[in-house]
Amino acid sequence: MSTQVPEKRKIEKQLVLPLKHAFNMSLRSIKIRFGRSIIVTSSIVLGIAFLMSILSSNAFIAGIIQKGPESLKIALQQNLDEIRTRQAWLVSLSLLVCVVGIVNAMLMAVTERSREIGTMKCLGALDKFIVELFLLESSIQGLAGSIIGVFVGALATLFIYLLRYKGLVWSIFPGQLIIKYSVFSILLGIVISVIGAIYPAYISAKLEPAEAIRREV
Amino acid sequence: MPKEAIVRTIGLKKTFLLGKIPLHVLKGIDIEIYRGEYISIMGPSGSGKTTLFNMIGGLDKPTEGKVYIDEVDIAQLDAYELAWLRCRKIGYIFQTFNLIPVMTALENVMLPMIFGGMENDEAMNKAKELLETVGLGERLHHKPFELSGGQQQRVAIARALANDPAIILADEPTGNLDLKTGKEIIHLLKEMNKNKEVSIITATHDLKMLDVSDRVIWIRDGLIERIEDRENLQIKVGEVEGEEAG
Ligand SMILES: Nc1ncnc2c1ncn2[C@@H]1O[C@H](COP(=O)(O)OP(=O)(O)O)[C@@H](O)[C@H]1O
Ligand SMILES: [Mg+2]
Repeated sequence: MSTQVPEKRKIEKQLVLPLKHAFNMSLRSIKIRFGRSIIVTSSIVLGIAFLMSILSSNAFIAGIIQKGPESLKIALQQNLDEIRTRQAWLVSLSLLVCVVGIVNAMLMAVTERSREIGTMKCLGALDKFIVELFLLESSIQGLAGSIIGVFVGALATLFIYLLRYKGLVWSIFPGQLIIKYSVFSILLGIVISVIGAIYPAYISAKLEPAEAIRREV
Repeated sequence: MPKEAIVRTIGLKKTFLLGKIPLHVLKGIDIEIYRGEYISIMGPSGSGKTTLFNMIGGLDKPTEGKVYIDEVDIAQLDAYELAWLRCRKIGYIFQTFNLIPVMTALENVMLPMIFGGMENDEAMNKAKELLETVGLGERLHHKPFELSGGQQQRVAIARALANDPAIILADEPTGNLDLKTGKEIIHLLKEMNKNKEVSIITATHDLKMLDVSDRVIWIRDGLIERIEDRENLQIKVGEVEGEEAG
């Protein structure tokens, strides 16, 4: 077989999707289908806001235990372990729900865009390009959603602690810890979005072009 | 000069399974299409034109038989080579235009060139040229939904020509267009066929296509009914039209 392929072809044979273009296409897909993008993004916002509220609440407690008055320390330390376990469960559950939401919305996107995917394949897109586009789109939404989520979560917690402990909050303010947790939450948000998009991306990449184009939406 | 077969199919069969019931859509198609030809594949709706078109274009796999593009058996190609073939060797045109909705006319035409590894500026210049050739020099930055059907099909033609393919496969390119626009598109295709020396294969039941075709392949129920040269065609057009109407 390989003898039938002219030499020249072997050399110039390359297919690429430069990141700049991929990024551009993903952004536009998000914009043009804003409704669905909002669903995906808001599910991340909620999940990450919840995570962040718990993390920053932990940060405040740690701050109070470290620098706060003796009387509060003892009260706070009492059921700390039990509370933490319960929190871990809740956070895991909420993030799981978040992933399911993303998978669901992304599967809808695959159906909606079946013809577009088929067309791109006719123009020379490799399966890998399609996967790339979906994962990129999802991570952009993950990034945006997590940033919003982190702000919402942290601010809500700050508000609650200010109500409860007033000025004390500022004197023990665990700035470094909050930043650390924010970065962690944002990274986790992106990872979760990518995980949620893997299966739908795979499904769409595997569509035969003829089948993809035939499908009526 | 001997005629060079750009497309050759041998004993091509395609069977779809509907549940457990096999539906034999193509029942053994042997055709040879030569470089530079304008071929119309004519047949009533449901006769298997799109299915044949998908086999030739490497968009679906035959149940039996072989497709050779430029003497290469496409069943032997791996996924990468197949994508390369679709990118560089074949241009596709569809009844429903199938432009990428989020991209402008210019970007749609650039896309196959970008996939093919061309530099951005070069791709942009070539896309502009192509859009001018199809008469859309003024519409470069319009999105598909801002264009009429005929204009969208022109963009699709420019896009199909992007990587100077050897073959253009057009599945009912005039199916969604009115009579006049359809005629314009047919003549544009013919012009490209002459000027760019690209072989054009259209699946259609649009009798307006008969005028420009070098040969017409009539299929019915998944078999070739007859193949006619242009010369013999002239006499029969009237007769065919009668048949179709009746
Ligand atoms: N993927 C598929 N699965 C099942 N049946 C199909 C599929 N594609 C086409 N067919 C059937 O094959 C026949 C021929 O279809 P098609 O090739 O689209 O005809 P044409 O393009 O000539 O109208 C039709 O009966 C159609 O329903
Ligand atoms: Mg058809």
